[in-house]
Amino acid sequence: MSYFTIFSTMRSEVSLLTIILFLLVYDLIAGKKGESYFQPVAILLFTLHTIFNLFPAEAGEAFGGMVQYHPVMTIIKTILNVGTLIIFLQSKYIFDGNRMKHQRGEYYFLTLSTLLGMYLMISSGHFLLFFIGLEMASIPLGTLVAFNKKSKMSAEAGAKFILLSAFSSGILLFGISYLYGVTGSLYFSDVSVLLSNNPLQIMAFLFFLSGLFFKVSFVPFHLWTADVYEGAPTNVTSYLSVVSKSSAAFVLMILLFKLFGNYLYEWQTLLFWIIIVTITVGNLFALRQQNVKRFLAFSSISQAGYIALGIISGSTLGMTTVIYYIFVYLFSNLAAFGVITAIESRTRKINISDYKGLYHTNPKLSFVMMLAMFSLAGIAPFAGFMSKFFIFSAAAQQGYYLLVIIAVVNTIVSLYYYLMVVKAMFIDQNDHPVPALRTDAWNRASLVICTAAIIFVGLLGFLLDVIEKQSFGM
Amino acid sequence: MGEFLINNTGDAVPVMAYQLVSLIMFFAGIYGFFTRKNLMMMLIAVELILNAADINFAVFNRYLYPGQMDGMFFALFTIAIAACETAVAIAIIINVYRNFGNADVDNLKKMKG
Repeated sequence: MSYFTIFSTMRSEVSLLTIILFLLVYDLIAGKKGESYFQPVAILLFTLHTIFNLFPAEAGEAFGGMVQYHPVMTIIKTILNVGTLIIFLQSKYIFDGNRMKHQRGEYYFLTLSTLLGMYLMISSGHFLLFFIGLEMASIPLGTLVAFNKKSKMSAEAGAKFILLSAFSSGILLFGISYLYGVTGSLYFSDVSVLLSNNPLQIMAFLFFLSGLFFKVSFVPFHLWTADVYEGAPTNVTSYLSVVSKSSAAFVLMILLFKLFGNYLYEWQTLLFWIIIVTITVGNLFALRQQNVKRFLAFSSISQAGYIALGIISGSTLGMTTVIYYIFVYLFSNLAAFGVITAIESRTRKINISDYKGLYHTNPKLSFVMMLAMFSLAGIAPFAGFMSKFFIFSAAAQQGYYLLVIIAVVNTIVSLYYYLMVVKAMFIDQNDHPVPALRTDAWNRASLVICTAAIIFVGLLGFLLDVIEKQSFGM
Repeated sequence: MGEFLINNTGDAVPVMAYQLVSLIMFFAGIYGFFTRKNLMMMLIAVELILNAADINFAVFNRYLYPGQMDGMFFALFTIAIAACETAVAIAIIINVYRNFGNADVDNLKKMKG
């Protein structure tokens, strides 16, 4: 293997690692004066990285099959990059209290470390690299959740997250050990051929999947989600709900297609029930939430169910629609989180009842929030409608009519709670509404990007063709 | 399943005995994680689960696939990663201790519903 293949198959990892090292050194030498430039420097470097990795390379492998690169992975990583970039734009106020000011560098460094872990997880071809990527994506995330050291909520959320993620990765590791025991190899290409209907193998497969389901927060494994989302700093919450969750969904999809093809029947049956429970429970719990972050946590659980609806079909169309769905979900969710960040950073208000009468004082912010809610609910002219429509058609194509009907009924239920937020902002009266506020320029830019994407992505049909050209099915 | 009972290498201890140890450790870890009240004890329970998987890797490699060293290497990497995980978890538990005055799970019930 020549060293040049690393730069074609692992280009994104190499360039991201360069940025991480640069930021680490910058953090060391910046001093008092350079500290305030951390956000612009991080955004600039990361934008360059995103542009540099925009175009797919040839499919290939490196390190004897440890890393397996496929052109679709460039699209997936670009989506994760865009999400991270928007979160960086929004994260000026994570350092609001003066106590957290000296932690600036750590925030960007840790976030990009988890992103590198997700990259490794996505392009791995060996269980060892997969496991290292998984841990790299979850251990720094635990420190990010507990980032606000003086806040009791943040400490509580951090403890819950790190213990539960260690527990779930322990179970996943136990599954890998049995997969190794019954197949004798750790390479995906060997293991996928050797899997059969041996009960021990199916048990190992289930142990393995439960660890991944924890990361995507499907329903029997969702109990950490709401508490961690509520306690973490808002920008970390948006990172968890968008980048972390979608990377886990992508990995789940790639592994189910590539590695567990022999268990098609088993995992389709499993996902069938998990989708029904996930969408329904996520919706029912979202109905009774008062806190906006908790509300978006349960909404993101039910969105994970819709994502799985694309995975279950196991076809090329399924993969295309999952990638498209997550692309749209990213902008809708980050628009909502941008508004929440703007309001929380100035007023510390995070309840839905605080949003009453927002339209009279902050018409622009409430307009963005309304678009985000419409897009998440799937109302017709916006991008969310198109992505939901494609996902339903991918599932219906494989004959899952019952599942599609249940999902559509749940969409109507979800319309109720998304519109409750819109009603609070536009119709409800409030004597003490949130005062008129003006957020920082970076956050305004992120809101403009998200709004434009929500309105126009649904109209750009060629995006779907671009994704479909690279996708693969079972 | 049958191959687990066969002693390929002629050693005195069969694979099944090691399997029993690792399974007991695994379920002891799960039981401990669910019943312990102290965060440190919960962390130790998680370590039991990870070590049970390590035993599996080493034993499978030694008995079933003595040709290569895949399993041994995996176990080594896992030990290193588990150490990182423990370090971060202990840092967070210390943070909980500073905020609440002790490290019991009963404290962690501020957020509900």
